[in-house]
Order: sequence, then C-alpha cells, then structure tokens
Amino acid sequence: MTDDLKILENLYERMLKIRITEETITEKYSEWEIRCPTHLSIGQEAIASGVCGNLTNKDFVLSTHRCHAHYLAKGGNINKMIAEIYGKVTGCSAGKGGSMHLIDTSVGFMGSTAIVGNTIPIAVGLALSIQLKGTNNISCVFFGDGAIEEGVFYESVNFAVLKNLPVLFICENNLYSVYSPLGVRQPANRKIHEMVKALGIEATSGNGNNVSEVHKMTNNAVEKIKAGNGPQFIEFSTYRWLEHCGPNFDNDIGYRTEKEFKDWKEKDPVQFCENEILNLTDNEVKKYHNDAQTIVKAAFEFAKNSPFPDPDEAHTGLFAD
Amino acid sequence: MRIKKYFEAINEAISTAMEIDKSVICYGLGVPDPKGVFGTTLGLQEKFGKERVFDMPTSENAMTGVAIGASLNGIRPVVVHQRLDFFLLAMDQLVNNAAKWHYMFGGQSSVPITIRLIIGRGWGQGPTHSQNLQAIFAHIPGLKVVMPATAGDAKGLLLSSIFDNNPVIFLEHRWLHNLEGDVPKGNYRIPIGKANHLNRGSDITIVSLSYMTIEALHAVEALEKKGISCDLIDLRTIKPIDFDPIVTSVKKTGRLLALDTGVRTGSIAGEIIAKVSIESFDSLIQSPERITLPDFPTPTSSVLTRGFYRRAENIIDVVSNMLGRNLVGNKLIDRGNLPHDVPGEWFKGPF
Repeated sequence: MTDDLKILENLYERMLKIRITEETITEKYSEWEIRCPTHLSIGQEAIASGVCGNLTNKDFVLSTHRCHAHYLAKGGNINKMIAEIYGKVTGCSAGKGGSMHLIDTSVGFMGSTAIVGNTIPIAVGLALSIQLKGTNNISCVFFGDGAIEEGVFYESVNFAVLKNLPVLFICENNLYSVYSPLGVRQPANRKIHEMVKALGIEATSGNGNNVSEVHKMTNNAVEKIKAGNGPQFIEFSTYRWLEHCGPNFDNDIGYRTEKEFKDWKEKDPVQFCENEILNLTDNEVKKYHNDAQTIVKAAFEFAKNSPFPDPDEAHTGLFAD
Repeated sequence: MRIKKYFEAINEAISTAMEIDKSVICYGLGVPDPKGVFGTTLGLQEKFGKERVFDMPTSENAMTGVAIGASLNGIRPVVVHQRLDFFLLAMDQLVNNAAKWHYMFGGQSSVPITIRLIIGRGWGQGPTHSQNLQAIFAHIPGLKVVMPATAGDAKGLLLSSIFDNNPVIFLEHRWLHNLEGDVPKGNYRIPIGKANHLNRGSDITIVSLSYMTIEALHAVEALEKKGISCDLIDLRTIKPIDFDPIVTSVKKTGRLLALDTGVRTGSIAGEIIAKVSIESFDSLIQSPERITLPDFPTPTSSVLTRGFYRRAENIIDVVSNMLGRNLVGNKLIDRGNLPHDVPGEWFKGPF
C-alpha cells in the first residue's frame, strides 16, 4: 500500500465516522434525549477531513455552530462529544456547552462557538501566540459563506496579513445562511476567494466534496504557511443536506429546490471517495461502515450511560482560579 | 511615601508586569505613539520591543478576539482603548467569547486578558466620548470589573488584573490621570474584589466608585467641618462587589448614599441600594439615596453640562437633606475660578 493510499483511507475513515455519527443523531433526536440545537454536517464531511488530515495535535483548530465534523476530523474524543450533546457531565464541556460548544484541547481543537464569524479572530490570536512563542505549528479556522459578510472577517484577515501570521482560513461555501441563499446576501458573480485576495492574502478555491482535492490544496497551503509565506485562504464549495438546524430534510419548505439538493447529493463526498478515489468493493465499504458504526455505537452508549451533572454545577466554574 | 501620578502608576504596572512575565503583551490604537495613551504607555515599546508592545488596526472587535485567542495559548494581553465608547464595537468578542469561555467549555481553558478603557468627562466629550457604562460590563457573568480611584490602587489593581486568569475590564476615568498619590514600588498588588475604607464616620455610609470618590472626599471634608461624620467606602472593584464592609457600615450609621459616575437606571448605585435594602433592611433608619447622572446622553455644550455632572456640592446637598440639616453645597466648596468642565489647570484638552 502506498503512503498516499494510506492517507486517503485515513481521510475516508474520518469522513465515515462523521457521516455515521450525524446519521445516528438524526435517528435519536426524536427521543428527546438530545435536548439542544444541533447543526449537522452531512454532505460537508470532505472539507473537515481533508483539511484536518494535514494537521497535527499541536496545530489549533477553531470552529462554528456546525462543528461536529471539525471536532471529529481533528481527532476530538467522540465519546465526550456525544455525551456533551446529551447534556452529560462526561461531555467535553461538562454539559455546559452542548452541540455548538465543543472542545478537545488535547488534540488542538480549541473550541467552537455559535456566533457567525466570531472564532475567526480567536484563530488569528492563536496564530499570534505561535509567532510570539516561535513554535512551528499553525492555527486553522473553519467558517461558512455567511461569515464573509461579517466585519470581523475583514478585520481578522487584515491583521493576519499585516503580521504575516501562521493561520489558515477555510471557508465552507454551502450557499446558504440558514434559509437565505447567497444570491440575496452577496452580489451576483462574486467569487469569494477572488474578493478576499484584495486583502493581500493568497486565496484559492476548490471542490469541497472531493476529499483528495481538499487534502492536496490544504497541504500546499500548510506548507506555504510553515515556510513563512503568511496566512492562506481557501474557499471550498459544498452543500448541507439537512435543515440548517435539526435532524430533518427541509427541501419541502421552499427555500431551495429538490432538484438542487439532488444534484448535490449526486456529489456525495463519502460515495465519491468510495467509488472514485479508493475504488472500494462492496465488501470493503461494508467493513469500513461496520468499523465506524462500532465506534459510534459505543459513543452513544457511553453518553446514554453517563450521569447528568449535579444541578448545583450550574453555579460553578464561572471563573478560573 | 512615593508620590506618582495615576497615569504613571498605570505605566509602571504594565512595565512591572512585562518585566516579571514574558508572556505579557500590550497593544492598542496609539500605544506606541508620541502621546502614549495619555502617558500610560510611553516608553513601553522602547523597553520591551515591537513584538510585545504594538499599535493595532482600528479593529476593536477582531483585536479583542485576537487577545482571547492569544490568551488560550499562554499569552497575557493588555489591550488599551482611548475611550470606552470605541470598545462597544467589540461587545461580541467580550460578551460571547471572553466572558463565557471558561464556563461554557466546562472550565477547561480560561481567558486571562485585561481590557483598559478610558472614560471621558467634561470639555465637550459629549454623547459618545464620555459614557460610564460600567454597569453593562458588571451585568455580564464571567467578567471582573475594576474602577480604581487613586494612583496606588490603579497600580495595584492593574497588576492584579493582568495576572488574574480571567477577563478583567479595567476602567480609568480620564479625570484621574493626573491625580497624585502614594504608589509603592515593584510588584505591588491590590486584590480584586476588595473595597477600601477611605474615611471613618458614624452619621452616614457613602459608597462610591472611580472619579466620584474624589468628589466624595471633598464633600466628606466639608461635611466634617459642619459636624457630620461620614463612612466613605470606595468600591475599587464593581464586579464582584465587596459587600461586607458596606453592610457593617450601614449597621453602624443607619444611612446609605450610593454614588455613581453612570446614569441612574440599572446603575451600580442601584445594585448597592437593592442589596442593602434586601439584606440589611432593619439597619436602615431612612430610605437610601443615590447620586447618578440622569437617564440622558451626555450633552456637549459647556452650558448644557454645567448642571448635568454630579459633584461634591450635590453630595453635600443630599447628605444634608438626609440628616435634616440646611447645608448648601455651593457655599461649602470653593473651586476658585476653575470651570466645571475640566478636572484641573493641567487639563488643556482636547480629550
């Protein structure tokens, strides 16, 4: 087996773990045991996996409200993530954060927040700390096309360029901010990565549903950052299959067409990897799925069997000592 | 005694912190410029280098996020804004991230950042250069908020803020910058959350903060000459508030007057009165009072501000009224020819 193949299989495993985790959440959501908003990443797994495949535990990642994929792809503890979503004391945020506030600092997943664009400067600040300390890791932040409309994005990129900071900006363009399509939010014919170049940052774009392409492009960007060429920006096109928030399909409510959804479903990043990149046989696919399902199943069991926090815990932990 | 000005005390605190700990950095718009934020950051870049002391883009929100991010990897940023009002652009980073990070991630990481904000007064600072919004910050769980009134407290509290492992809002009133006081040498600390008993008396408890403490000192002195003795407590920290000395004092005096530099509704003065009224109702022999700004933006014209700002004279009037006396503040305070809208002869504008 070549090294490249090993890498691709590893990326595939990451994607599959995300897909099956998210599918399991959709199955369990109606049980009313997951009692928090969840923004699922089905359809967007390739970007998280392809990008994080280039990062080590020493590299930092920041994420958004739609963070499960990034957390898992970065190697975040799956048991603690599911327990967090179930509001358990064993959760990665001890039940205080929920689905949108995940953290696993042991692997460099520094946090995710629920306000559009607001982890972008945090990633830049981590990059500043890297520069001050003179270490050779990098900082990476995921955000969507909506974050491009926030002022803080421009402020953050400006400072990163000004200081030549080791930060990788990943824009997952899934065409929608909740139910509002790109066309009502940004001028027609704009290419986000082209516009961003004007800030003085190297910016490219790629197919976010092809994990191999995502991995290669990101690898190139990471090498440039580590060589001291400053921050990099990549826009990846993709599509979220489910509703903005929750476990259901919502094409019927009329903000997007069934046809558009089906066209994107044809470009399923997981199947594309199975059929076009790895050329897996049915049996191989089945084995990978079974392995991932075993991990996910164990995580849900861990979460369900875990205790809830003591109610008094609500009044603790406001300040660090 | 080691007499220094308030702005020198601030400068000394940052310098001391940066000497003790290499992870301390300091930035803000104008930090290394020739004026050095009213002298508070003069010489720091020369001493500690451009990596640790630097100017910044006019991006209050992102630069607050940058501080948060850097702090997650062991850096202790001190961020400076020449007016509190400018910092309102950064409320997302402050409220949604800095204040929540420790709690919402189950206590795994914390945000040791210090945000220095300067509050204007007089000289036509007007509606958007002189807001006393301390109550807004105090309202946010997860923030500590300090408002030192003296030069010594400024140094001691700034050092404590920088080395606190949580976000601290450090509020400097512009009219305090030239005030002199005893500023001990070296790594001098005043603990966050401890009030200071500035005067002992038995007739009334006056609770004050920031610049109003200076006005209160003048009032207390004048009142003493008229046979009224005041217990004056300077809060120093407004979140968390040190209530014990207030409760003890009110038990002794039976009267409470709370002073605030901010507007009335939702003020820190209101919080002091609420807490004392609920928990020490039996100690009170009459209704508490408060002196605040009215619920209006601050106007600009010096004609409009003349009766707007609260001063020692107003404190005397209220105390006199509470005690059934007929003292008139205007007659007891001699300000010479100093106009009402400058802190002293030293102030030549423009801000």
